[in-house]
Amino acid sequence: MTSETMIEMSSVHKWFGELHVLNDINLKVVKGEKIVICGPSGSGKSTLIRCINRLEEHQRGEIVVEGTELTNDNRSVEKIRGEVGMVFQQFNLFPHLSILDNCSLAPIWVRKLPKVEAREKAMKYLKRVQIDDQAHKYPAQLSGGQQQRAAIARALCMEPRIMLFDEPTSALDPEMIKEVLDVMVGLAEGGMTMLVVTHEMGFAKEVADKIIFMDEGQIVESKNPTDFFSNPENERTKTFLSQIL
Amino acid sequence: MSKNITPPVIEIGIIGWLRKNLFSTWYNTILTLIGLYFIYLIIPPLLSWIFFDATFSGTTRADCTSSGACWVFIKQNMKLIIYGLYPSDELWRVNIAYFLLTVSIVYLLVPNLKYKGVVGIFLLVIFPIICVFLFSGGLGLENVETRLWGGLFLTLVIAGVGIVLSLPIGIMLALGRRSKLPVVSLLSTIFIEVWRGVPLITVLFMASNMFPLFMPEGVNFDKLIRALIGVMFFSAAYLAEVVRGGLQAMPKGQYEASQAAGLTYWKMMALIILPQSLKVVIPAIIGSFIALFKDTTLVLIIGLFDFLGIIQFVGTNPDWLGFSHEGYVFAAAIFWVFCFGMSRYSQRLEKKLDTGN
Repeated sequence: MTSETMIEMSSVHKWFGELHVLNDINLKVVKGEKIVICGPSGSGKSTLIRCINRLEEHQRGEIVVEGTELTNDNRSVEKIRGEVGMVFQQFNLFPHLSILDNCSLAPIWVRKLPKVEAREKAMKYLKRVQIDDQAHKYPAQLSGGQQQRAAIARALCMEPRIMLFDEPTSALDPEMIKEVLDVMVGLAEGGMTMLVVTHEMGFAKEVADKIIFMDEGQIVESKNPTDFFSNPENERTKTFLSQIL
Repeated sequence: MSKNITPPVIEIGIIGWLRKNLFSTWYNTILTLIGLYFIYLIIPPLLSWIFFDATFSGTTRADCTSSGACWVFIKQNMKLIIYGLYPSDELWRVNIAYFLLTVSIVYLLVPNLKYKGVVGIFLLVIFPIICVFLFSGGLGLENVETRLWGGLFLTLVIAGVGIVLSLPIGIMLALGRRSKLPVVSLLSTIFIEVWRGVPLITVLFMASNMFPLFMPEGVNFDKLIRALIGVMFFSAAYLAEVVRGGLQAMPKGQYEASQAAGLTYWKMMALIILPQSLKVVIPAIIGSFIALFKDTTLVLIIGLFDFLGIIQFVGTNPDWLGFSHEGYVFAAAIFWVFCFGMSRYSQRLEKKLDTGN
C-alpha cells in the first residue's frame, strides 16, 4: 500500500457555543485506509467527519485534504468537496429528482460532464449498488436501503478520492442494513479511502484498518480492530464495548 | 365464502349519499331544509334576471324593454370594455397580443405536448417584449399614449407585468433576507417590511402624485409605468415572504447534500432548494397572484381606467344611465373566470409536480 497522505488533521478544535465538541484532534489518513469512528452520541464523531468537507467549520488547528488546506477561501472548499463524497444518516436524496437525476446532477453541474456521459456514469454506479432497475423512480418510491444505496451511488458518481459515511445504517430497518453494508464492503475492497462513523462493529472488524473511539470531543483510543476489541486500554472504551457487544 | 362483498345499499347511490351528507340527524335535516329554502329564494330570480327575462339583442337602451338584465349595455360598450380608448385603427395590435397570449396558454394547458419549456420562455420573456412595442409603438408602429390604454387590456397589462416580474424579485428578496451577509439581509428585510407595511392605495397615490415632486423638472415618467412599478414591488414584497416560508420548510439535509456534492450557492438554490420550496408554496403564490389580479382595480383612483373602472365609466354615460347592475355582474363574472382559472391551474400544477414525498 502506498502511504500517500489523504487527510491530515492537526490540533483541530471546535466549539458549539460553550461546548467543546472537538478537542485537539490529530488524525492522519493515508490512501486506501479505512477508518471506523465510534463512540457515544455527542462525542463529536459526526462533527469530525463533517469538518473534513466543511459542512462544519473548525475554529483552530489545520485540516489538509489532499494537499489543500481548508480555509475560508471558497475555492479551497469547492476543490475539496469535489474530491470528497459523503453519505448521510438520513440519505438526503433530492426528492424532486429521479434517482438517475440525483446521480447525474453533480457530475453535470460541478464536473461539467456532458449530459449523456453523466447519465452513463450514473447508470454504471447504480448498477454497482444494484438498483439500476430503479433509476427512473423518485426517492420516495424506494425502500430505505435502496435510498441509501442510491445515495452512495450519487456520491460515487463524482468519482471521489475519499468517502465519508455519517452513520449510514442508523436510520434503516434491520433487514436493510446488510444490503447497505455489503455495498460499503465492496467499496472498501475496491481500495477507496473511507471514514465511517458507525456502530456496526461487525463491519468495523471486517474492513477497518483502524478503529477510533471518541469521547467528549477527544480521540481516546485508536487501534487496529484486533487490538481494539481484544485489548482496549481506555476505561471508557471498555465500558462502551461492553455495552455494545 | 363470498368473493366480492358490496357495501350495504344504504351506503351507496344517491340515496345513501343524501342520507349521509344531508339528513344524517334531525338538526342536519333542518339545516338542509333551510338551505334549500334560501336556494329557492335566490337562484330562480337570479337566473330569470340573468337569462330568461334578459334582453340580448338590440343596439340602444330603447331595446331594453324586458324586466331582466339588459346585456345590450355590455354589448354596445364592448369595445371600450376590452380595449379602453385605444385608437380604433390600431386595435389589431392589441388583438395580436390577445391572440398570442391565448394560444400560448392553451398550448401550455394541453397535456403531453412537446416544447412546453420553449413556449413558457416565449410567454414569460419574449412575449412581454413584443407587447411593449406592439402596445406603445416604436419600430415603425404609431405611438399610442398609455392614457388611452384601458379596459380588460389594461387590467391584463398590469396584472401580467406584476405577475411576471414580481415573482423573480420576490425570490431574490427572500434569498436576500436569509442571506448570511448582514448588509444584504438588512436591506432585503427593510425593503420587504416597508412595502408590506403600506396599503396599495397609498403606494399608487405616492407613485402618481408624490413621485413627480422628487423628479427634476422636465423629467416626466409615464403614469402607467409608475403604477406598474408600485404594483410590482408591492406584490414582490408579499411573494418574498411566501417564498421565505417555503425556504424555511426545507430540511437542513438538502442544503448539506448539495454542499457536499460541491454545488455552489446559486446552483444549490436553482437546482435543489428553490424547485422544492416553490413547489410547497404554489397555493400561496397563486393566492398572491389572484390578490394582485383583483388589486389592479385600485388603479382607478389614480385615473387609469382598468376593466372595472371602464365599466363604471360607461355606466355614467347619459345614454346608459341605470345599467350599473349589468356592468358589475359582468365584471364580477369575468374576474371570477380569471381567478378561478388560476386557482385550477395551481391545483393541476401541484398534482403534476407531486413526486410522492
